[in-house]
Amino acid sequence: MDAFVTFCLRMGDNALILGQRTAEWCGHAPVLEEDIAFANMGLDLIGQTQLWYGLAAEAEGKGRTPDDLAFLRPERQFLNSLLVEQPNTDFGHALMRQYLFDAWHLPMQEELAKSSHEGVRGLAQKTVKEVRYHLDRSRDLIVRLGDGSEESHKRMQDALDWLWPFTADLLATDEVDAQMADEGIAPVPALIAKAFDAETQATLARATLTIPETRLRRTGGRDGIHTEHMGYILAEMQSLQRTYPGARW
Amino acid sequence: MYAQLVESGKAETSEQDVAFQKRIDDGIRIEPKDWMPEGYRKTLIRQIGQHAHSEIVGQLPEGNWITRAPTLQRKAILLAKVQDEAGHGLYLYCAAETLGISRDEMTEQLLAGKAKYSSIFNYPTLTWADIGAIGWLVDGAAIMNQVPLQRCSYGPYSRAMIRICKEESFHQRQGFDIMRALVEGTEDQKAMAQDALNRWWWPSLMMFGPSDKDSVHSEQSMRWGIKQNTNDELRQKFVDQTVPQAEWLGLTVPDSELSWNEEKGGYDFGEPDWNEFMEVIKGNGPCNRERLEARQKAWDDGAWFREGLMAHAEKQSAPIAAE
Repeated sequence: MDAFVTFCLRMGDNALILGQRTAEWCGHAPVLEEDIAFANMGLDLIGQTQLWYGLAAEAEGKGRTPDDLAFLRPERQFLNSLLVEQPNTDFGHALMRQYLFDAWHLPMQEELAKSSHEGVRGLAQKTVKEVRYHLDRSRDLIVRLGDGSEESHKRMQDALDWLWPFTADLLATDEVDAQMADEGIAPVPALIAKAFDAETQATLARATLTIPETRLRRTGGRDGIHTEHMGYILAEMQSLQRTYPGARW
Repeated sequence: MYAQLVESGKAETSEQDVAFQKRIDDGIRIEPKDWMPEGYRKTLIRQIGQHAHSEIVGQLPEGNWITRAPTLQRKAILLAKVQDEAGHGLYLYCAAETLGISRDEMTEQLLAGKAKYSSIFNYPTLTWADIGAIGWLVDGAAIMNQVPLQRCSYGPYSRAMIRICKEESFHQRQGFDIMRALVEGTEDQKAMAQDALNRWWWPSLMMFGPSDKDSVHSEQSMRWGIKQNTNDELRQKFVDQTVPQAEWLGLTVPDSELSWNEEKGGYDFGEPDWNEFMEVIKGNGPCNRERLEARQKAWDDGAWFREGLMAHAEKQSAPIAAE
C-alpha cells in the first residue's frame, strides 16, 4: 500500500477506534459533566476520522468512501495503535488511555499543522485546537485523581501500569514514518517521542504516579496485528453494514 | 410527559398567595428569590427534576446505538444529539437547584425510585429505525410538551426551555431524516421503519399523560402558569402534525380508528392502552429495571472518581503547613 495512504489510515483508525471506545461511556459516566465531555471528545474524534479517511480514500483512488474504510475493512487492515482499542475497564482506564493518547496526539497535530501536504496541513490546523483541549482536560484529571484519594491514586496507577506498555505502539516507527518525514508530510518520529516523554514525565510526577519499569512493549497495531478486543469492536461497529450489504442509510 | 402524574399541593389563600397569583396572572415571571407558595415550589421541583431525569435516562436507549450507527455521519449526529440531551439535563438540574434542592439529592430520589422519568425511555431500542422513531416521534412529542413551557411562570425553567427547544427541533429533524433514508432504501429497511413506527406510536401518545378527565394535577398547575395546555390538547396537536408526516413517508400509523374529522379539523384516533401506561409508570415496563440499574451502576462505579476529585480539592485548599 502507498505510504501516504497507510499513514492516513493509521491516523484515522486511531481516531475512529478511540471514538468508539469513548462513545461507550454515553450515559454511564461517573458525573453528568463527564457524560458530556466524553460525548464531545467522541464527536471530535469521529470528525477527525472522516477527514483522515477522506484523504486516504482520495489518495488511494479506488473509489472507496470514508464509510467503506470504516465499515467494510476486516480487522487485519485496521492500523490503529493497540492503546486505543483497550477496553473501558473502569473510568480510570478510560481517562488514562485518553491522556496517553492525547500526550502523543497533540505534538503530532502541532507538527502536522506545518506539513508539506496541503490536505494534511489543513486538517491538522483545523483539529489541533480540539486536541489541545482534549489534552488540557485529560491532563488536569490525571493530576487531580492521581493526587486525590487513596483509592483514586491506586486506580490511576493500576491504569497506568496496564496501559503503559501499549504506548510503545504509539511511538513505534517504520519505513512509512521515515518516508513521511523525508517528504516533510509528517514529523520525524523522534521529535514526537521526545515531546511525549516530556509531557508524560512532568504530568505523571505531578499526579504522584510512577511510570512502570517494564520491559513489556506491546506493538503490532500499526501493522494490523491487534489485541483480542479489536474483533469485538468491529463486529459491533460494522454490524449494520455487514448485515445489509449495499444499503444506504 | 414531563408533567405526567405530578400532583400539586393545595393552595393556601393568604394575602401573599393572592399577590403571587396576581403576578402570575399579570405574566410577571417568578424568580428564585421571590416568595412562592410551598406547593408551587414542590410542584416545580418535581416537574423539573422529572424532566432532568428524563434527559439523563434518555441517553441510554439512544446510546445503545452510537457504537452501531451505520455511517460515520449518522454516528456523529447521534453523538451530538445525545450530548445535547446530557446538556439539557445539566441546565434543568441547575434550574431545579434554584428552588433549594441539590443535584445529588435529585439523583438519589431517582435511584430510590421516588422521582419519575418519562415512561417512554422504558421501551427498548431494538433496531436502527428505533433511533429514527425516537427522534421523529418522541422528540416530536417532547417539543409539543416543551414549547409552551418556554412561557412557564418560573423564570429559570422558562429560560432553560428556550435553549432546549432550539436543540430539540434539530433532534426531531435528524430522526425524521433517518426514517426518510430508510423508506427510500431496501425492502428490509422499509420494513424496519414500519416496525419501529408500530412499536413507538402508542408509547409516544402516552407521553402527554392521561386523558384530561383522569389527570390529577392539571388545574392547579395551569392556574400557576406551570402548565399551559391540557394533555388531550397537546396529544391532538401531535397526532394532527404527525399523521401527514407518516403518510409522506409512506408508513402506516398503527391505529384502525384513525380518521380525519372534517368538523373538528383534526384526526379522530384510538385510546392508548392506559393499563400499559400505568404499569410502565409503576416500574413494570420492558426496560425499567435495566434503566435504573444502569444509572445505579454509573453512580456506584463513579463514587471513587467523585471522591478522588473532592480529596484533591481539599488538599489544594488546605493551609500550607508551617515550616
